[in-house]
Amino acid sequence: MMTLAHSLGAWRCDKRAAIAATIAMGLMLAAFPFMIGSALGNSWLRIVDFALLYIMLALGLNIVVGFAGLLDMGYIAFYAVGAYLYALLASPHFGLHLPVWLIIPAGAVLAGVFGVLLGAPTLRLRGDYLAIVTLGFGEIVRIFLNNLNAPVNITNGPQGVSGIDPIHLGGITLAKPLSILGFTISSLHAYYYFFLALALLIVFITIRLENSRIGRAWVAIREDEIAAKSCGINTRNIKLLAFTMGASFGGVAGGLFAGFQGFVSPESFNLMESVMVLCMVVLGGMGNIPGVILGGILLTILPEVFRHGAGPVQMALFGKILLDPEALRMLLFGLALIVVMLYRPAGLWPSTTRRREFRGESTTDALKEGE
Amino acid sequence: MNTQLLEARAIAKYFGGVTALRDVSLSIRQGEIYGLIGPNGAGKTTFFNVLTGLYHPDSGELIFNGEKLPASTPHLAARCGIARTFQNIRLFGNMTAMENVMVGRHVRTHAGVLGAVLRDRRTTREEAAIRRRAEELLNYVGIADRADDLARHLSYGDQRRLEIARALATDPKLLALDEPAAGMNGTETEGLRELIEGIRKDGITVLLIEHDVKLVMGLCDRVAVLDYGEKICEDIPVVVQKDPKVIEAYLGGSIA
Repeated sequence: MMTLAHSLGAWRCDKRAAIAATIAMGLMLAAFPFMIGSALGNSWLRIVDFALLYIMLALGLNIVVGFAGLLDMGYIAFYAVGAYLYALLASPHFGLHLPVWLIIPAGAVLAGVFGVLLGAPTLRLRGDYLAIVTLGFGEIVRIFLNNLNAPVNITNGPQGVSGIDPIHLGGITLAKPLSILGFTISSLHAYYYFFLALALLIVFITIRLENSRIGRAWVAIREDEIAAKSCGINTRNIKLLAFTMGASFGGVAGGLFAGFQGFVSPESFNLMESVMVLCMVVLGGMGNIPGVILGGILLTILPEVFRHGAGPVQMALFGKILLDPEALRMLLFGLALIVVMLYRPAGLWPSTTRRREFRGESTTDALKEGE
Repeated sequence: MNTQLLEARAIAKYFGGVTALRDVSLSIRQGEIYGLIGPNGAGKTTFFNVLTGLYHPDSGELIFNGEKLPASTPHLAARCGIARTFQNIRLFGNMTAMENVMVGRHVRTHAGVLGAVLRDRRTTREEAAIRRRAEELLNYVGIADRADDLARHLSYGDQRRLEIARALATDPKLLALDEPAAGMNGTETEGLRELIEGIRKDGITVLLIEHDVKLVMGLCDRVAVLDYGEKICEDIPVVVQKDPKVIEAYLGGSIA
């Protein structure tokens, strides 16, 4: 997918090579779940499905943090909004069973509205201050979800909503094995393809936005807000647009999560999740789409590798389990973060611009060159 | 040639107890180069910031091109046709020179999210026009060869030029330059003078804050002098140079 994103960017440079790369990438992405499924089993396929959801989240947050430079620590709230909207409109909780093609766009719109609600009062804030307010916003949404079971039971409180309808398109449900043209593909495969399609759509939208008048305005605000204003950019509207777009991607991912999981509870939307998505953006390479995708994949897969690998490795080395794999997982994860930030401060796959920025070429050097 | 482009009526601005501007009135004519000078702290930049909407004036109003200028909305000032540069250069450092100028076209273009995503014919055409205009402007200010370099990696003089190109990209009627020659050597200043004269020839009125008195006197049609937030003089350069109040402001009180 990263190569695909890359090849889309270099489309004009070499059309034929790009088409070839896209086809090769497409075939690989199509065959990928079968390779994973047969090599590692279904639990890993499930993790891959989750990775796709996190890619969507990371790309949404990237618009706010990476492009517009607005540090948002409560992003998971939009994921929650999308997830709960799906849960309430397609579950026995209210007895509603609306179709997916209606709920997912509605989730995007509602999350976008929440984006404006968060954005509007925080327009004057930047950096640390914005981070604190958005962090509070994320917690407020979670606490609301936790407590909206009385006096009228809307969210079912801490127990969450269960029995959510699986995603079904027309008459086809993704929850049961599908047979197409004699092929039978399992539910996890079907979800994979559906999520992949939507993730690719979001990648496409993000790339198009990045190289547009709107994308340039976002980056201009990140670089120098006063200069951006003086260039005639209505920073209020453009910032709100960044919040809305970012939030709507989160809303889509949230809806898919609810349908996939069949169960949502406020627990899934805690601060740690916001931090995790932010890590994906920063670690992968803020503002660089392939980098953010890479960040999303790595930070979904790595903790699972630690979780699954820690036990057997300890058994092999020491003959017994010394450290609880769950505790070790966070320890190794923290270590990985520190190492990356030390050796690749601009992220694993920074944009060419950021790479130059961090290479230590100071403006004074450039001055000497120029004169 | 003699029509008013900008009329400032009794602009006042206070910062707490400090009076930055006290009833400053001045008028700038269409097509002229108007200089604004004064000792450090006289209120020149404050006036600029009021004019371009960064500060809200405590009283007074600005009439631009026959209409009242909305206060404290920088993007509307730009839309009305006032572009500016900054005393401490404010470029979008991590964008290329080209992108910096393209951002300047923002206010004269319209593509929204839908256009950006769908890339319909109109958006593609607009985007091509933005790029073309940006190339022209980089060429105009003489840094076309640095188009793909990050703004922060340009030399100081080139950064000044890039800032002017970005300002010109907004199709201004009035270009306000805040100490464009600060920190420039003789050759660079000479280049700047030619650039400003060229801009005026293209029909853009120029408002210039400058410390380089030689540059101001040689370039400007009329000059206003600010001292302690008040306008003490406004005339053609030769008269201003001889004005006793101006001499006093620059050289200190008279001996008598």
